[in-house]
Amino acid sequence: MKYAMELTVLALILLFAGSFVIVLNTGEHEWGGTDGQAGDIINEMTGTEYEPWADPIYEPASGEIESLFFCLQAAIGALVIGFFFGYYYRGRRINT
Amino acid sequence: MHIMEGFLPPAWCLFWFLVSAPFVVYGMYQLRILMREKREALPLLAVAGAFIFVLSSLKLPSVSGSCSHPTGTGLGAVLFGPFITSILGLIVLLYQAVFLAHGGLTTLGANLFSMGIAGPLLAYAVYRGGQKVGLNTYLTVFLAAALADLFTYVVTAAQLALAFPAEAGGFVTSFLAFAGVYAVTQVPLAIIEGAVIALTFKYIIDVRSEILVRLGVLSDAVAARLQGARA
Repeated sequence: MKYAMELTVLALILLFAGSFVIVLNTGEHEWGGTDGQAGDIINEMTGTEYEPWADPIYEPASGEIESLFFCLQAAIGALVIGFFFGYYYRGRRINT
Repeated sequence: MHIMEGFLPPAWCLFWFLVSAPFVVYGMYQLRILMREKREALPLLAVAGAFIFVLSSLKLPSVSGSCSHPTGTGLGAVLFGPFITSILGLIVLLYQAVFLAHGGLTTLGANLFSMGIAGPLLAYAVYRGGQKVGLNTYLTVFLAAALADLFTYVVTAAQLALAFPAEAGGFVTSFLAFAGVYAVTQVPLAIIEGAVIALTFKYIIDVRSEILVRLGVLSDAVAARLQGARA
């Protein structure tokens, strides 16, 4: 089958999205980042309150600005991927 | 997988900087050779870097009820090896540390080691091993990328556990606690990441399998067979 792999990937993504919907409807979750949870565990493990000894040099002023930078990051990446795949596919058509 | 700014004691920060540095230096050396001798592969290098950009910006919700993001380093590792990939990882981590307060400059060495070095090293080993025993190429890429993602988090858990051993039980207890937070969240993400990267690999074979042969990623025979399967 020509699109076997595409379909497999699609199925996996649907499965993933489905599991998300199920979890969403069972109980309360914070949907916080795992990176942040590490701080709590540090305190739990060492039994003391850990004080970070350095602060980020720049922190996005709000959640909106933070998501802007995340979007920019994704957009830059997607642009590069799209550009080069377009370039490659075009090259192939001319050659054959 | 990012250890936040200031969340590693200074001695450990320094330690991980020292561990990561040789990989980056050797990566620079390899990159120079690549730029000089295999220029036609540079677009692929940009794509590999862009993948890390996109995937590590996506914070996905997972079955555990918390969010985490994939790493995307598997593609670079398979195509260009772990050393050049460490430089791609460094660029992404710098971006996130400076603009997003995500990760940090003091923890850059540690984060680079887990995401840019340990994960790609494993991906590279898995890919080479899989090719040697004749495993299906796409399955091998899938495994390499998914395991690189998972391993990144295992290494992060180990880094945190080394710096913060539990009062009772020491390193192991601490490691299990940190790994516990990451593991459940990360397994589904790793599977998705592996699948997406395997699919991308298919498209690269579609359009430019000869570059993969030049890079030594595929042998002539395998490339011909995969191309034939497509047609």
